Amino acid sequence: MIRLFRGLRHSGVLGMNERNADYIMLYNLRRNYPFVDDKLITKQRAERAGIRVPQLYATVEIERQIRKLPRLLAEHDDFVIKPAHGSGGNGILVVAESRNDNYRLASGRLVGIDHISHHISNILSGMHSLGGQPDKAVIEQRVIFDPLFERISHGGVPDIRTIVFRGVPVMAMVRLPTRGSDGKANLHQGAVGAGLDMATGRTTTAVWMDRFTDIHPDTGDPIAGVQIPEWNDLLELSARCHALADLGYLGVDIVLDRNHGPMVLELNARPGLSIQLANRRPLQPRLQRIEAMETVPVDPARRAAMARELFGEEEPPPVQEVGGSGVATAEPVP
Amino acid sequence: MKNLHLKFLALALCLIGGSGVWYKTSVLGLPLTPDAETEVWTVEASLSFQADEGPTRARLFIPSSPPGFNVLSEDFVSGSFGLTRSADGTNRKAEWTSRRVSGTQTLYYRIQVANDPTGAATIPGPQPSFPEGPEYDEPYGSAAMTLLETVRQESADISSFTQRLLLRYIDESPDEGVQVLRSFAETDTEHTHNLINILAGARIPARSVQVLSLRDQMRRGSLRSYLEVHNGTEWVAFNPRTGSSGYDEETLVWHWGEDALLEIEGGNEAGVQFSTARTPRQTVAVAQQQALLGGSMLMDFSLLSLPVDTQNTYRILLLVPIGALVIVFMRNVIGVKTFGTFMPILIALAFRETQLLWGVFLFTVIVALGLLIRFYLENLKLLLVPRLAAVLTVVVLLLAIVSVLSHKLGLDRGLSVALFPMVILAMTIERMSLVWEEFGPREAIQQGVGSLAVAVLGFLVMFNDWLEHLVFLFPELLLIILAVVLLLGRYTGYRLTEIWRFRHLIREQDTR
Repeated sequence: MIRLFRGLRHSGVLGMNERNADYIMLYNLRRNYPFVDDKLITKQRAERAGIRVPQLYATVEIERQIRKLPRLLAEHDDFVIKPAHGSGGNGILVVAESRNDNYRLASGRLVGIDHISHHISNILSGMHSLGGQPDKAVIEQRVIFDPLFERISHGGVPDIRTIVFRGVPVMAMVRLPTRGSDGKANLHQGAVGAGLDMATGRTTTAVWMDRFTDIHPDTGDPIAGVQIPEWNDLLELSARCHALADLGYLGVDIVLDRNHGPMVLELNARPGLSIQLANRRPLQPRLQRIEAMETVPVDPARRAAMARELFGEEEPPPVQEVGGSGVATAEPVP
Repeated sequence: MKNLHLKFLALALCLIGGSGVWYKTSVLGLPLTPDAETEVWTVEASLSFQADEGPTRARLFIPSSPPGFNVLSEDFVSGSFGLTRSADGTNRKAEWTSRRVSGTQTLYYRIQVANDPTGAATIPGPQPSFPEGPEYDEPYGSAAMTLLETVRQESADISSFTQRLLLRYIDESPDEGVQVLRSFAETDTEHTHNLINILAGARIPARSVQVLSLRDQMRRGSLRSYLEVHNGTEWVAFNPRTGSSGYDEETLVWHWGEDALLEIEGGNEAGVQFSTARTPRQTVAVAQQQALLGGSMLMDFSLLSLPVDTQNTYRILLLVPIGALVIVFMRNVIGVKTFGTFMPILIALAFRETQLLWGVFLFTVIVALGLLIRFYLENLKLLLVPRLAAVLTVVVLLLAIVSVLSHKLGLDRGLSVALFPMVILAMTIERMSLVWEEFGPREAIQQGVGSLAVAVLGFLVMFNDWLEHLVFLFPELLLIILAVVLLLGRYTGYRLTEIWRFRHLIREQDTR
């Protein structure tokens, strides 16, 4: 047991206690937490900073506003309703199409305005925020997912989680929903985590339910070698998010929109440790590398370049030929 | 350095806590084990006499500070007599006076003593001057001188001199000289006086002491005399009948000197009888009594000074930090997941009343039933607070139903289910159902079992009699617990479960 403990220490895997004591407590000031915990504040700050986020259509803060809902929703064909303080993808209602007073959900179900009103009412009562405190409902643009991950995800919203330390992206993974995760891109709930090569933005290894895997459990397709388009822009976008909340140890969740490219979905002040399993790489050496620097470049583009340079794989996997779907597969990395 | 600060703080806390425990055990004599008992001797002196017509006065020596004993209490039964107490240096006296009594009078003096746990037995008394060499009559003189001369050659210092002398004096087949010396005394007191006289020939200061031998259930006992010699720095006691030195644990010094134990004016046919009894008592109680008599602030402000029912509350409350330590350890070092941070402690506290197996069984039943009903409530789409209130109501009903059913079945243990903290149960059910919804049944059951396991462990650690006794008598131990918790607060090593979770990464690194 002690040998295992030493081995783990030697390997540089970041543990929960160490993450909390040496990184989160040291680099994340508690007073900055509201900037990431409240999605509305995150969104407003991001828009001001020129970071692309799903467009805000409306917010509902008190029960009375629900009556005006049809008018609020009238001009939008599709939209997403989510709680401002939600976590783990709970309480999100995706409306794919609206016609007159009928709304078609992403699941294909047709519902009336009553259903939507009740859902918002639940959000306001705090049903979906873990603390249980009264919440706000956010109505925003529906992201049309890039079909890039179609073959290696099952329903739901694949997103890219990047750990950004002192503004430098240090490790990233794609979170791929499975049948078991019920469309949620949360590793705890059974989503697949696929590591990303920081230099090229290609998927490398993967983990599912704390076990290593090479294929998606639902589709059976190999995971390695999927190229994320415009990887450099994406890295820079993550690096820029550091300025939004002034959190030194930050998790940035980004989705790829088919029409608008990468968009920041939410920020996380306590990102999980499974990213190490997804990449099969320990976090600590990378964090220590950044920690040892006296100053970090102010320019996000330089920080992104630093990440590519420092943390890229020596032998990235070859790009997978994605046939059929007609999507821009392997855009050349500039 | 941040950690250095923390380590110093922890060290300081440990030192304060440790020295508190040390002081209480070695100076105040508090026991480290709960069942420690101390012998308490109750000694009663009853004096009786025939009073003449007219004023009567009775003076009795009473123990002052007997070496090797602590006085716990004393009291007097004086009847119509007035009582005064007086002390002169080493001895104390009680004086009963009455202007007009007649007939048989009986007065009582009762004292409770316990052996001093520190074992320190200093004999009081002023530094004596060397006695003048007495002028002995013959043949006493030459016999004494021969004896002293023989003994002097066999001994090294005053103590061994006295001991050799005693052994020769009490020898079963004494030589002629000793026979002569012994013929001058008959009673116990006279022999002691005789010895003092002989010792004066060697210019050794000596005095006689009146002691009571403590025996359980003794009646009609009387005092016997002991011999004390001064070796230049302190008084050393000897039993003149055996030659052994020092007072043993069952020898209570009543008074020093050769004066009569009882003096009566205006009465006759006086006599004193002693009866003794031994009773074992809890060391805690004895130590407390001693400390209170000794005016110890620490004991005066200890938890033992509280009313008994409050004491019982603190007996439990003081265990909670130990439970908290268990939680910290299980969560941050082992990595077990639980519902709510301190929920397992509260469950463990409930186990105290229900007993372990029943507690686990009842907890599982209530939570399982509660979850079923909670899942049904989910369909009703209730708002948060009303939903919690509904779960709470259901929990209370379930408790009542389990109690009634188990009572009807003759399982009275089931009644104790009422002692479960219902709000905690309701919150547990709510949290568990949320985790079930959001992270699936596997995670929910894992956390549920984790909580229960931590509660059981907490129960086992918290409620053993020894620990309960320790923290109650030595609350400063909690400072040490605080120190450990503080140090664990900066523990940045892996959790045990993480070693399992990341085990493949170890291999990954090895092969690279």
